[in-house]
Amino acid sequence: MSFEWIIKIILENGPMFIRGAGITLLISITGTILGSLIGLIVGVIRTMPMPERGSKRVALKVTNAILSAYIEFFRGTPMIVQAMVIFYGSALAFGWDMDRLVAAIFIVSINTGAYMSEIVRGGIISIDRGQFEAAHAIGMNHIQTMLNVVLPQVIRNILPATGNEFVINIKDTSVLNVISVTELYFQTKSVAGNNFRYFESFFVACIIYFIMTFTVTRILRFIEKKLDGPENYILCGNQMQVERPEDMLRRTKP
Amino acid sequence: MEKVVDIQHLSKSFGNHEVLKDIDFSVNKGEVVCIIGSSGSGKSTLLRCINLLEKPSGGQIIYKGENILDDQHDIYAYRTKLGMVFQQFNLFNNHDVLGNCVVGQMKVLKRSKADAEKVAMRYLKVVGMDQYIHAKPKQLSGGQKQRVAIARALSMEPDVMLFDEPTSALDPEMVGEVLTVMKELAESGLTMLIVTHEMGFAKDVADRVVFMDKGVIAEEGSPEQIFNNPTQERTREFLKRTLSM
Repeated sequence: MSFEWIIKIILENGPMFIRGAGITLLISITGTILGSLIGLIVGVIRTMPMPERGSKRVALKVTNAILSAYIEFFRGTPMIVQAMVIFYGSALAFGWDMDRLVAAIFIVSINTGAYMSEIVRGGIISIDRGQFEAAHAIGMNHIQTMLNVVLPQVIRNILPATGNEFVINIKDTSVLNVISVTELYFQTKSVAGNNFRYFESFFVACIIYFIMTFTVTRILRFIEKKLDGPENYILCGNQMQVERPEDMLRRTKP
Repeated sequence: MEKVVDIQHLSKSFGNHEVLKDIDFSVNKGEVVCIIGSSGSGKSTLLRCINLLEKPSGGQIIYKGENILDDQHDIYAYRTKLGMVFQQFNLFNNHDVLGNCVVGQMKVLKRSKADAEKVAMRYLKVVGMDQYIHAKPKQLSGGQKQRVAIARALSMEPDVMLFDEPTSALDPEMVGEVLTVMKELAESGLTMLIVTHEMGFAKDVADRVVFMDKGVIAEEGSPEQIFNNPTQERTREFLKRTLSM
């Protein structure tokens, strides 16, 4: 009976699943965060206004070309292949024996970075020109404008897309079993290899994956709502933290 | 009289389209200058060229004896000396009212938070928005946004304030509150350069009115002269058209 098997598998291999899920979460969280940072930096560089002439123009053009190549390459090849090429390639070319977990985080990060760069670029383009002009008009340069005015708005606007990337990463870390990272899929495969109960073992993994992705989407939704704040401003006459008489009464009451 | 900004032979083209042709124009300290003219006459472009939001195609802009169109001139430092108020307000959406007035002072002028907030509160009081310091732009009405935008520009303590059609995007009942604030500022001796369609306001507060047509300054003079005895045919025509509305 399948159901009994599922219970049995959970009871017997619970810690293995939990450890696998932990590694999956670790890789996808760090990968998403590092990838978003890469995306922010690349996105900002790629939206810099082009100087009209001089060496700066050449430098920016070269950088943009390199960044485009990076984005096209990592978006255009499967992560499972990238994992093999980077992990075994670095061993072959430089004699590195990369820690598998580090390699996994590295691969997920640069992969996410490629996607996030385009998401960030889209986010920056979508910000109203007036925001840039207002910032320039009070004397901010490009970096100050980005840090103080544009990026905070971009980050808010790209949160849904970032959540998407996060969920995709949780699921796609499963391909990293090809370089033997002990994430959830790898652990499940070991469990199933021991008991030959493939359906039941992977059914458990399926549920765990869903719980992780669902929780993450809910948390991100909550953060979005928090960031947006209320629609209306309630003018309560106490904006300056001046104590109202009734507050004082309440405070001094024994 | 001391000139705050002095514009000489300024021109601006977008592609082949010449928007400004050989403009000579200056603003004196403490003066309120209103620029009027029909849409497409180059009024806004002139204003935007003055603080370099548009790069002029030719000519000079002299500020404190230096031509700021020189390549090596620090345009960021220059811009802090010009306060700009936009038609579309352009408040920073990620900051609240106080934040809008403080961020420029702290990041560009490197003032401390306490100092910046003190200055910001002073000007928010001037525009009557000191009750709303923690409100976000989306929670404010158009008139309130524009008053905050004025306070934001004033907080940088500029030498001259530039207003680019500050009431054109407002509902009619909100125009009054913004014009009242601007009138108070004008009376306090602030140097102001205002592009406006509000003829009554221009007549009322301006020391000098400039009429622009097809990229050139067609006529300039005191409000009485422009509105009552215009010398140019096109000024007369423009005034007839706008005042009869």
